[in-house]
Amino acid sequence: MACTQAQLVSGSANPGRTRSVGLWGHTVYTDANMRAEPGIESSPRGPGCSLRHFACEQNLLSRPDGSASFLQGDTSVLAGVYGPAEVKVSKEIFNKATLEVILRPKIGLPGVAEKSRERLIRNTCEAVVLGALHPRTSITVVLQVISDAGSLLACCLNAACMALVDTGVPMRALFCGVTCALDSDGTLVLDPTAKQEKEARAVLTFALDSVEQKLLMSTTKGLYSNAELQQCLAAAQAASQHVFRFYRESLQRRYSKS
Amino acid sequence: MKETPLSNCERRFLLRAIEEKKRLDGRQTYDYRNIKISFGTDYGCCIVELGKTRVLGQVSCELVSPKLNRATEGILFFNLELSQMAAPAFEPGRQSDLLVKLNRLLERCLRNSKCIDTESLCVVAGEKVWQIRVDLHLLNHDGNIIDAASIAAIVALCHFRRPDVSVQGDEVTLYTPEERDPVPLSIHHMPICVSFAFFRQGTYLLVDPNEREERVMDGLLVIAVNKHREICTIQSSGGIMLLKDQVLRCSKIAGVKVAEITELIQKALENDQKVRKEGGKFGFAESIANQRITAFKMEKAPIDTSDIEEKAEEIIAEAEPPPEVVSKPVLWTAGTAQIGEGVENSWGDIEDSEKEDEDEGGSDEAIILDSMKMDTGVEVSGTGSQDAPIVLSDSEEEEMIILEPDKNPKKIRTQTISAKTEKIPSKKQLKKRKKKRAAMLKLT
Repeated sequence: MACTQAQLVSGSANPGRTRSVGLWGHTVYTDANMRAEPGIESSPRGPGCSLRHFACEQNLLSRPDGSASFLQGDTSVLAGVYGPAEVKVSKEIFNKATLEVILRPKIGLPGVAEKSRERLIRNTCEAVVLGALHPRTSITVVLQVISDAGSLLACCLNAACMALVDTGVPMRALFCGVTCALDSDGTLVLDPTAKQEKEARAVLTFALDSVEQKLLMSTTKGLYSNAELQQCLAAAQAASQHVFRFYRESLQRRYSKS
Repeated sequence: MKETPLSNCERRFLLRAIEEKKRLDGRQTYDYRNIKISFGTDYGCCIVELGKTRVLGQVSCELVSPKLNRATEGILFFNLELSQMAAPAFEPGRQSDLLVKLNRLLERCLRNSKCIDTESLCVVAGEKVWQIRVDLHLLNHDGNIIDAASIAAIVALCHFRRPDVSVQGDEVTLYTPEERDPVPLSIHHMPICVSFAFFRQGTYLLVDPNEREERVMDGLLVIAVNKHREICTIQSSGGIMLLKDQVLRCSKIAGVKVAEITELIQKALENDQKVRKEGGKFGFAESIANQRITAFKMEKAPIDTSDIEEKAEEIIAEAEPPPEVVSKPVLWTAGTAQIGEGVENSWGDIEDSEKEDEDEGGSDEAIILDSMKMDTGVEVSGTGSQDAPIVLSDSEEEEMIILEPDKNPKKIRTQTISAKTEKIPSKKQLKKRKKKRAAMLKLT
């Protein structure tokens, strides 16, 4: 199994020079040698193209400044955010907030997989959080895996976003995570379960922003063609609309009077 | 982040209230906060809420070889983690005194009281035993961690099912949950910790102190009791002197409280069992209160993905062709090979930092601008409407040149020259690409 990880997020340290994360522009040349071969052109679409049921609860913890628990099917992640708060001198950045992401597994101590996910989530958050408004502070996102039943990274991203919203951290856009899985026969499955993820030929996770559904982060595992990547992205964009609608409706409910 | 210190007036206020037999949350002296137990979808997973204190418990198992001096006994392992989520003062990866104390107390409460039959965890004597691992995560700290953690641990252990095994001769077969129903652990009794906080050198006593009360207390007495009123552990900390009567009274109170909690646990376990048997919905999604304004649920949403193929094809057709890949490796000397010369490095961060270096030189503006234009060209072809941020970056580029005059031009010049020589091939390549793209665009 080949494993590629492409991070298309550029740091917001120099916003002027930030390369726009062009959705289509970039992905085109990420992997030139994985060009679509005419033989394995797939015809996706199956019964798998739906998102599992969603549930979200905000502000359920009293200690953190903001918190949210996000459930996607049986996958569940709890997020707590502290910030903007006092920062350690060693971690202080003079012109923006220090963003920290801590991901805690349910069993045992955090390992390499958690560190790698932490980095992906941190970079995604950094791209949307307006850290320059709170220089020399820290924003800490703590994520706790409650149960893993597939699409864990996507669920982590969604939980982090809802917790950041609950905290009231200024952000230029919201973001969501969507996971796609490609079967051995090229069937595309959105929001796969653990079983589907295991059987899949490739698993792709994207983070998309809410304004233009542009790509913030992508991480992939397995083999797929150029065409399949674009199809997955397009599917993720379609799915992100649902996720953002869910965000909107849950926030509307929260700030309603009834 | 540091813990916010408690001010003197807050401290005085709390102590005065306790002297007047009043508690901030309106409880009586011997009242517990509300306990809520919810279960996850997998076995051995639960969340226990004690007021606002929240603990997540998860039990897992593994086949290991036993300890040398205990060949026929399974291994029990407890690990309580104080996540930073629970309170800002908890630092990740640090063994604080509090953490060590709590872990030790849990071990004494659950392992040393022999509440779990470790001999039943033996598969092959001296070779294979089950190791049961209990992970507890504190999610929110509002006082009385130990009571919540001990409840979470025992609930998770009661809820847990381990895979069934069979031994035939030397062969050990492990059955998946589909083949054979997993088996529960054999639990003799359920010890539960009850905390008593003492104030004013033991004059006043409170059951289940919350975080504020814990901060002003003088001493803490933890008694672990089971429902048969047998004391499993007793620990007094904080250095207060207690009278015999006080301890006896506390153990009596603990007995009553534990009977109540045990009943609650059994009810919760039965409830979960019933729902699972009937095939109803279970898991944390069900335990989220629907009527709460902060909670929201959405049913399974189908996604229309019919036009994805066309969209993807369109994009691939529109996109610029990938740069030619040098397929033949160049052999400079024996044992070396080089591929991909002349292809531009697409790692954004490295490029950015290089550009900064070049800026300081100020002498090869043309190249920078050129490469910037290349970038914009690429982006525009890809996205169509991405000009705005790039225009901005251009202007910033120029400003920086004005702001930063050459300080030691000599050193930088050598740098820029090297940069130039490096850039030249890529420049040519890029121009070629640009032309090609132009042709492509005309065609389409």
